[in-house]
Amino acid sequence: MIRLDAVSKLFPGASRPAVDAIDLEVPAGETCALIGPSGCGKTTTLRMINRLIEPSSGRVFVGGEDVTGADPVRLRRGIGYVIQGVGLFPHRSVADNVATVPRLLGWTRDRIRARVDEMLALVGLDPAEFGPRRPASLSGGQRQRVGVARALAADPPVLLMDEPFGAVDPVVRDRLQREVAAILRRLGKTVVIVTHDINEAIRMGDRIAIMRDGHVVQHDTPERLLLAPRDALVTEFVGPDRALKRLSLVSLGALATTAQAPPDAPELPADANLQTALSVMLAAGAGAVAVLDEAGGRRGSVSLGAIRDLAANAQPIERSAS
Amino acid sequence: MNELLAWIRAHPGLLERTASEHLTLAGTALAADIAIGLALGIAVAGRPRAAGPVVGIVNALRTVPSIALLVLMLPVLGTGFAPSVVALALYGLPAILVNTTVGLEGVDPEIVEAARGQGLAERQVLWLVVLPLALPLILAGIRTSAVQIVSAATLAVFIGGGGLGELISAGLGLLDFPQLLIGAIAVALLALVTELAFALLQRLATGGKAAAA
Ligand SMILES: Nc1ncnc2c1ncn2[C@@H]1O[C@H](COP(=O)(O)OP(=O)(O)OP(=O)(O)O)[C@@H](O)[C@H]1O
Ligand SMILES: [Mg+2]
Repeated sequence: MIRLDAVSKLFPGASRPAVDAIDLEVPAGETCALIGPSGCGKTTTLRMINRLIEPSSGRVFVGGEDVTGADPVRLRRGIGYVIQGVGLFPHRSVADNVATVPRLLGWTRDRIRARVDEMLALVGLDPAEFGPRRPASLSGGQRQRVGVARALAADPPVLLMDEPFGAVDPVVRDRLQREVAAILRRLGKTVVIVTHDINEAIRMGDRIAIMRDGHVVQHDTPERLLLAPRDALVTEFVGPDRALKRLSLVSLGALATTAQAPPDAPELPADANLQTALSVMLAAGAGAVAVLDEAGGRRGSVSLGAIRDLAANAQPIERSAS
Repeated sequence: MNELLAWIRAHPGLLERTASEHLTLAGTALAADIAIGLALGIAVAGRPRAAGPVVGIVNALRTVPSIALLVLMLPVLGTGFAPSVVALALYGLPAILVNTTVGLEGVDPEIVEAARGQGLAERQVLWLVVLPLALPLILAGIRTSAVQIVSAATLAVFIGGGGLGELISAGLGLLDFPQLLIGAIAVALLALVTELAFALLQRLATGGKAAAA
């Protein structure tokens, strides 16, 4: 869906390229998280996809089409774009902000109005309450939601996000990440998201590309990245608790056996992840957790030993938790 | 007061003629300034190399007194309406140009970036995003310039441009105090009304938020 083919960017006057012959492929419907130290070229890479920055060399394909020679304005109307400061237009209402691209595309008024309401509801904002308000009267998290609604308004197949949750506090960020990831998966969008936060990359990305000095050092699933970081930088980036992070990728249900846990064992729903289960067991001094079915009855258990074996096992585990 | 009314009655149409000349002079100069100031401001905004000299030269104009500007027109354009308008326009240009450049450059680059990223063409970025956001400052500049021009137009009489200055200079020459006073009061009122009208316009255009000039 998105393919970068030996794409480089040498800014005028710079001694070395900000992005150096990058190859990157993001299949349709997948989310690729670009992560790496400050100045490694993440934003530059992202902006070459919608040609806010012109590549010095190489080619960029979006939807199978070489966009290097395309009309950049038309290209951008087909690509959602969310940036850290959100960049909402302060002189326009929330509804008008969301209507930006549909208006550019010449949709009818009724269609635009219906779409704006739909998008605001999608990101969890009441259209009647928030539509008429100015961005300045919104909280940081609400603004970020409007930014996502605006980017999705014309239903672009591709979405580019540059640290979209950078400006909100950790609790809000956590919720936004989950909600937006769920929305994007459900809508089947192809997404490139730039982030500083490895947890965000793990949570949002089907694949993660770790960048350094304009190169992609490792491009892998979160699972592979945590299991087998390629070099010292990647290891440092994923952090010394990578085994724990890896556990957060697996749901309790995936590991549950039918063995019954002791009656006093802590209980967790099947969609809780193994990291949570481990923490609950450690806190309760228990050797197992009971796994609940949707009705709240016990359907089986996961033991501490099973989690330890899995963590020590170098085999990739099935990704099943969100 | 009675003397003033008596003077107006004794000179039918004179106040109206000079006032309308005054407004035409000031209005023409202001319209030219808005067009030139905006065009020049848009052209140099975001181009420090061009903006520096242009704004510098125009700012230097600020230090030249209005009467000097008018008199300097004499050898170049002679006397009458046209040289008066040119001098007044030169006098009023700095306020509009400087506020336009400052206003345009003050627009958050992130918002411009977001606008481009959504697929607005350069022209749409300018008209739909940048200009509306710079509008409060631009209007403040126009307001300052309008009041400056209306006041300075009083001096156009010295190079045969007409206007309310006629009453004042004739009043002084003939020691005709009613005429002198009527000229002075009319100019003062006109300047005040201009100030109030543009303040109102500014408030309407910016949704009640006053902008610092
Ligand atoms: N317009 C530009 N002109 C010149 N150099 C630039 C420009 N934009 C970026 N650079 C340089 O290119 C390099 C990569 O910048 P980029 O913004 O892509 O980094 P980043 O990975 O997004 O960093 P951060 O995490 O801090 O946002 C940096 O060295 C930066 O200084
Ligand atoms: Mg960046």
